[in-house]
Amino acid sequence: MYAQEVKSTGKGVKSLEEMEPQERAFQEKIDADIKIEPKEWMPEGYRKTLIRQISQHAHSEIVGQLPEGNWITRAPTLERKAILLAKVQDEAGHGLYLYCAAETLGISRDQMTEQLLSGKAKYSSIFNYPTLTWADIGAIGWLVDGAAIMNQVPLQRCSYGPYSRAMVRICKEESFHQRQGYDIMMKLVKGTTEQKEMAQDALNRWWQPSLMMFGPSDKDSVHSAQSMAWGIKQNTNDELRQKFVDQTVPQAEYLGLTVPDPDLRWNEEKGGYDFGEVDWSEFYEVLKGNGPCNAERMAARQKAWNDGAWFREGLMAHAKKREARKVAAE
Amino acid sequence: MSSEWPLWEVFIRGQHGLAHRHVGSLHAPDAEMAINNARDVYTRRNEGVSIWVVKAGDIAASAPGDKEPLFEPSNTKVYRHPTFFDIPDEVGHM
Repeated sequence: MYAQEVKSTGKGVKSLEEMEPQERAFQEKIDADIKIEPKEWMPEGYRKTLIRQISQHAHSEIVGQLPEGNWITRAPTLERKAILLAKVQDEAGHGLYLYCAAETLGISRDQMTEQLLSGKAKYSSIFNYPTLTWADIGAIGWLVDGAAIMNQVPLQRCSYGPYSRAMVRICKEESFHQRQGYDIMMKLVKGTTEQKEMAQDALNRWWQPSLMMFGPSDKDSVHSAQSMAWGIKQNTNDELRQKFVDQTVPQAEYLGLTVPDPDLRWNEEKGGYDFGEVDWSEFYEVLKGNGPCNAERMAARQKAWNDGAWFREGLMAHAKKREARKVAAE
Repeated sequence: MSSEWPLWEVFIRGQHGLAHRHVGSLHAPDAEMAINNARDVYTRRNEGVSIWVVKAGDIAASAPGDKEPLFEPSNTKVYRHPTFFDIPDEVGHM
């Protein structure tokens, strides 16, 4: 999802009998739904996996501002512009909640920024696609935020306290994002033929990348089992993807739009939709850095960081000078 | 990346009459900026009427390992709860 390929220790899941007393006590707490808090003992693998997952999630929120930011100055009305600004500001806030949660595990904010800017840390593949028309802003809210909610709701029950609490805040705010997107789509499909075509075109381009957000299929996802045993992950990638398709297809039908998948059909027996295989080669190419906008997104983050250096340092110098003056006056 | 802004813990009073409650943390160069940032990060939807910020480094906290010596003793003092005492019904509400 926002953390699509989180590598854990790569070892198999240990049984309680195989664990040392400290680790067993830790696992028993997780099994009893007791939250793990920052300074408590935890296995190194748990700490590392969480740092990777939470920082990837945070980076995704921050980079996720860029495709939508592209349309702030070109929103069709002042109201739409104010709404989009509020949404993009929320994404920044979500990134900050998550960075703080990751910092409680012993990594600094600057280290995380460095990992993002050097390309060492990943962010969600979805934000490497371009926003070509205003309808893309509708499609992102409806599909991308819809998929994000699907993943984030169970993360509220994550075993790590600070991550779980950040997710509670985020989920409270996320529903506005999806609804504003669907609202844009409803307006477009009721408009002129060209506007309806724009909405269909946006759905055509965002459908597959949205399905990729849930990460590789369970059979190819080697790290799922350990993350689930640790209570970091509650559902498998395929479960969530299925739920997303089942929820979204009727919403597309309401709009009078066609989901771009010839293999999509209702399966009465399983009570859900069958759908075509996602193009995983495209997914891995985008993750590797070869998506349509990877270079542009990284360049924008690097520019923001470098151009802001004088400001960050200036405010720090000012704070130190004022502090020194205060001490001298006492 | 030499001068990272210090970390501040943020406390918000949700409504008049309620206590300030810890909501999260953020980085800022000084207290004034920490309050400005806390307003943007933690009160975008009218969540508060007052903000406290405290430098994270200035908070003293009990260690997780001290949980038993600190809190266990109160478990044996059940007489601190009013339900420990049986008052006859004839006495009425007490």
